[in-house]
Amino acid sequence: MNITEYFSMLFTDYTLGVITLGTAVLGAVCGMLGSFAVLRRQSLLGDAISHAALPGIALAFLLTGTKQTHFLLLGALISGLLGTFWIKSIVKKTRLKNDTALGLILSLFFGFGMLLLTFIQKLPNANQAGLDKYLFGQAATLMVQDVYVMIGVTGVSLFFLLLFWKELKLLLFDPDYTLTLGFNTRFLDILITSFIVLAIVLGLQTVGVVLMSAMLLAPAAAARQWTNRLSVMIFLAAIFGAFSGVLGTAISASQNNLSTGPVIVLVAAVFVLLSFVFAPQRGLLARRIRFYRNRKELNLRKTLSVMYHIAQNHKDISHPHAIKILNNFHGYTRKTLNKLEEKNWVEIRGNQWSLTAKGYQEAENFYKPNEAIQDI
Amino acid sequence: MNVKNEKLAIKIDDLTVAYDYKPVLWDIDLKIPEGVLMAIVGPNGAGKSTLIKAILGIIKPIAGSVKIFGKPYKTQRAKVAYVPQKGTVDWDFPTTALDVVMMGTYGSLGWIKRPGQAQRKSALEALEKVGMLAFKNRQISQLSGGQQQRIFLARALVQNASIYFMDEPFQGVDATTERAIIKILKELRDAGKTLIVVHHDLQTVPEYFNWVTFLNVKGIASGPVKDIFNDDNLTKTYGINYKVAINP
Repeated sequence: MNITEYFSMLFTDYTLGVITLGTAVLGAVCGMLGSFAVLRRQSLLGDAISHAALPGIALAFLLTGTKQTHFLLLGALISGLLGTFWIKSIVKKTRLKNDTALGLILSLFFGFGMLLLTFIQKLPNANQAGLDKYLFGQAATLMVQDVYVMIGVTGVSLFFLLLFWKELKLLLFDPDYTLTLGFNTRFLDILITSFIVLAIVLGLQTVGVVLMSAMLLAPAAAARQWTNRLSVMIFLAAIFGAFSGVLGTAISASQNNLSTGPVIVLVAAVFVLLSFVFAPQRGLLARRIRFYRNRKELNLRKTLSVMYHIAQNHKDISHPHAIKILNNFHGYTRKTLNKLEEKNWVEIRGNQWSLTAKGYQEAENFYKPNEAIQDI
Repeated sequence: MNVKNEKLAIKIDDLTVAYDYKPVLWDIDLKIPEGVLMAIVGPNGAGKSTLIKAILGIIKPIAGSVKIFGKPYKTQRAKVAYVPQKGTVDWDFPTTALDVVMMGTYGSLGWIKRPGQAQRKSALEALEKVGMLAFKNRQISQLSGGQQQRIFLARALVQNASIYFMDEPFQGVDATTERAIIKILKELRDAGKTLIVVHHDLQTVPEYFNWVTFLNVKGIASGPVKDIFNDDNLTKTYGINYKVAINP
C-alpha cells in the first residue's frame, strides 16, 4: 500500500490504528521528557539508560520463563533504574566525570545483556526466539494494552510536570540556586530521571535499545531551534515526537521490509535537520541572511557617514556636493546612492547630492554609543 | 578581630571541607557582624567559593557548624540570598531576563504555588533597580556579560534577604556595571543588610568594603578593612612579599 492508502486505512484497520496511536504517544512523551535531558546537558543519559535496560529484559525472561511484554519491561525498568542511579552515584562518589561513568555503565550493562541473550538463544526449550526484537524494536508487536500503559504514563508525567513546573524550570536553569531557596533538588532529580527511565523503557518494544536515545534527543533538539520559551519548547518537542512516530509508522507500513523503529528515528532526524536550517532566529539560513543584510546595511551607513563628515564642513547641512567626490571612498556605489535616496536620507539633483535632515540625524545616531548599559 | 557585642549575622565554628583526602577549607572560625559589606580575598584555590557554598549547604562540610543569626542555616533560608558565579549556568537556556529575576520569588512561594502579579511587580522593581527594565523581555543569551550579572543581582534583590552571598559579582563586567553593582551593595549595607562578596581585585578592597576576610584554606584574618587590610596579612595570605598601594 502507499501512504495515502495507509492514512485512509488508519481509522478502519484496528491493528494499524493501535500501532500508529502507540508510536504517536511514545513520540510525544519522549519529546516532552527529552527536553529536560537536553536542557540539563544530560543528553547521553538516555543512551546509557536504554542500554542498561537490556540485561533486565533477559533476566526477566530467565526468571519468569514468559515473553509477556509487561514482565520483560518490568525487568527493563528495574535494570534501567539501577544503571541510572549507579551512574549518578559514581559521579558523586568518585572523581570520574559524567561521560566516563555513562560510557562505563552503558557498555557494562549492554555487554552483560548481550551475553545473556546469546545464552538464552542456546537454551534447549525453543520458546526463546524474539527477545532480540528489543535490540531494534518491532512496532508491529504493539498491543492495545501497551498503548494504554503509554497513555497512562504520559498522563501521569504530564501531571507531575505541570504540578512542579516552577521547581523543575528552576532546577534545569540553576540547580545550586534551587537548593539555596529551600527546594529538595534530590527529590526533583529523582522525579524527572524516573520519568525519563520510564519513557525509555516504554519505547524499547517499538524503537529498541540501540536507537531509543534518539527519540529523546531529536525532537527536543529540533524544538529548541524554534523558540526561546521553555513551555513552547516542550510542547513543540512533544508535537515533533508525535509526528515522527506517525510519519515513521506510515512510511514503514507503506513499504516492505522497512522496520518501524529506525524509520521513526530517521523522520525525527529530518525534523532536526529542517529545524537547524530553517528556524527563524537560530537557523543557519536565517543567520546567513542576517549576515548579508547587515553587511549591506553597513555599507550604506559607511557611505552616509562619509557624506555626514563632508556636510559637517558647511553651515547648511543640506548644501549640495558633487557625486564625483564620493568616488574615492570605499563602500560607495551608484546602487547605495539610490538606496540612500529611497530612505530619504539624501537628495540627488543632477550630479549633485545633498544630505537631508533625516539623513543627518541618522548619521549622528550612528556615532552615539550603544543603547546597552546605562549607569544607575 | 574583636567583634564586641554587635549582633552576629554569621558565626562559623571549626568548618572543614575536603574533596577526598585533600582539605579545601581547614578549621575555619569566623564571626561576621550584622551590617557589614565584607570581601573574601585569597589566591586561586584558597576555597573562597567553597566557603560560601559550604555555608549555604551546597557542599557538605566534613566538620563544623554554621549559625545564621544564632540559628542553623536550614531554618534561616528565607533570610539568605545567593548570587552564584555567572559561569555556572547555561545562558542559552530558553527564558527571558524577567523570568530569571522572577525565580528569586520562588523561595518565598514554596512548593507548587505559582508566581502571580505581586511577584511580577517585585521582579520588575528589581530590574529597574539594576537598570535593566528595558531588557525585561530579552532572551538571556542576548545579554552582555555585565547585563547577565545585573540580572543575577536583581534575582537576589527580589528575595529581600538580610544576608547576601555573592560569588565574584565583578568577574567579566565592564566598569559601568562594576560601579552600578557596588552602588547597590553599599545601599544595601546602609540599609542594615550583611553582604559577603568573593572578590579578586585587591586594589579596590579599601574603596568598596568595610570588612574583609583573608582566606587561604585556613582563615588568616577577619575584621574591619581599616584595621587589618595591610601588607602583613596580604603576605600571610598570598605567600609572597606583598605591598599594597593604598592611597591615603
